[in-house]
Amino acid sequence: MSHETHESHGAPPTSSTTPRKGEVKVKVVTRAGSFSQQLYVPAIAEGLGVTFRHFMKNFAGNVANFVAGGKENKLRKSATDIQTIEYPEEKKPYPERHRGLHRLMLREDGQVRCVACMMCPTVCPAHCITIVPEEAPDGRIEKRPKIFEIDELRCVVCGLCAEACPCDAIRMDTLDHAKPTYRRVDAILDKEELMSRGTTSIATQGGVGAMWREKVKGEQQTPSDANVVPAGAPHGTVGPQDPLSALRKS
Amino acid sequence: MSYGSVGFAVVAAIAKIVFMILGFLMPLASILTWMERRQSAMMQDRLGPNRANIPIGPLNIKLAGITHFMADAVKFLFKEDYVPGKAHKFLFMWAPIMAMAPALIVSAIIPFGPSLCWGHLTEIAANGVCEQPVPMQIARLDVGMLFYFAISSLAVYGATLAGWASHNKWSMMGGLRASSQMMSYEVTMGMAVLGSFLVFGTLEPGAIVSKQEVFFDWSNLSHSWGIFSQPLGFILFLTAAIAETKRTPFDIPEGEPEIIGYFVEYSGLRFGMFFLGEFLEIVVSSGIMISLFFGGWHWGSSVDGFLASHLPNIFFVTAMFTLWTVKVVLFCMFQLLIRWSLPRFRSDQLMQLGWQRLLPISIANVVITALLVLWGQAN
Repeated sequence: MSHETHESHGAPPTSSTTPRKGEVKVKVVTRAGSFSQQLYVPAIAEGLGVTFRHFMKNFAGNVANFVAGGKENKLRKSATDIQTIEYPEEKKPYPERHRGLHRLMLREDGQVRCVACMMCPTVCPAHCITIVPEEAPDGRIEKRPKIFEIDELRCVVCGLCAEACPCDAIRMDTLDHAKPTYRRVDAILDKEELMSRGTTSIATQGGVGAMWREKVKGEQQTPSDANVVPAGAPHGTVGPQDPLSALRKS
Repeated sequence: MSYGSVGFAVVAAIAKIVFMILGFLMPLASILTWMERRQSAMMQDRLGPNRANIPIGPLNIKLAGITHFMADAVKFLFKEDYVPGKAHKFLFMWAPIMAMAPALIVSAIIPFGPSLCWGHLTEIAANGVCEQPVPMQIARLDVGMLFYFAISSLAVYGATLAGWASHNKWSMMGGLRASSQMMSYEVTMGMAVLGSFLVFGTLEPGAIVSKQEVFFDWSNLSHSWGIFSQPLGFILFLTAAIAETKRTPFDIPEGEPEIIGYFVEYSGLRFGMFFLGEFLEIVVSSGIMISLFFGGWHWGSSVDGFLASHLPNIFFVTAMFTLWTVKVVLFCMFQLLIRWSLPRFRSDQLMQLGWQRLLPISIANVVITALLVLWGQAN
């Protein structure tokens, strides 16, 4: 035995230990183990104890949950170790910065914010956005989309459209995903569908000029925080740390 | 048809067979298929299958998912019954039956309750004396446990034939693994219960059960539960029985997660029969172990005596059957616990354990038990 263990410690092989042709070199590992471990039975009993404790805790918690009426499975979550999320009823919320189903934001008067500038269909790598512009009745804005369609089956959820949008019209922050449909055509969302998820955005529209950084710097009360945008904030967040908020006041 | 006539015996036997198979073994084995998944899930901090339900109008019968076994049965029924082109058709068809039938046959010798006192069903048995007894055991054979070994060793044909008839080298190797394992552990299994035979002085499970009327009495071990006189015999028998059912830690014939084994070519209801046969073997081996080591339907002399002296005979038998069922279910759950706690033995470790450890220990157990029984008789 000492011969093999010596070999297994990686000593340089001598001519006597190199296997001859046709022989298989076998590494013998001696296993440490007390008598009670070699008996198996005490070790098995210990292992059964571990699994049985898990079973009893989860089983008792589940029964208590059932007896309590199973309201939102509160007891199951507090009294057991079960991590299962029962999908259709319970959903694991998406993270805040999740890019999901698109929506079109609205003006304060409920009209669509999109000015049909064609930035998003241009940048879209999947060509899933279709915009047909028309003249806007409101004189302040040149164009608005007559048709705005997004094919959610083509969308690769890259988020470039929301990034390219200059007027906070298209967002992907619904924390939802494209719904399954029976027909492909149902996965193409039209303007009304996209606007139905939209909320009012009061982000300044139309640009504030190339010198906006200087303007902000001059008017901000706490200049050190001026350019800090919160990490989790969706595109075009309106808030105290928004660098554009100073401009908006004027 | 009076008590004692041949017609009465035949009708009673048929009634007991129908009750045992359709009323006990099949439902329990089917539910075990669900219970195993649910229990293993709870052991692993999961939830397990809990969604199957029976919607009847506004009612939605869910029962924690217990109806999953019905869904499984329906699924098996509607799957294609695929037979490989070069398979031996006849043996391929018969192998699942050969695997399942022995478990059903050996259930004949399991005593599942005290005797019914025919003619005094609604009366409380006076002093425990039972006139015109109808034993709650399908067949009271003097060879008893030998019958069990003879029939349960036939189950190896199911596995081997399935492996051979499939015309698939992997399933053939699985069948070979199954046959070598089952034959090896049958030796230990037989040796393990020899000690019990010496203690109780009989091979017949019904007689063995009726002897274990006291839970534990140090001065009267041959009348207390078998586990106290034969603790080693119980561990050996349990190990061998798990090896016989081909479940983890002895599941190298199947190797469900990766190599499948002898039933790799089976689908649909025929696979379902292998699957159900495995769980039938669990129930039956639990019944045998309870009969030999855990007092059968006895729950200690005080419980038995109290129930017998307060309940009419028919209710007494029903109550004892229910309590016996509780025992069997607990024992099945214990077997499931073992299956989901231990890792698999390697093939050579399995043979080493069987022949070099368990067999010598079981022989030593027989010798020591014999000496102790002799010593007890001398005093």
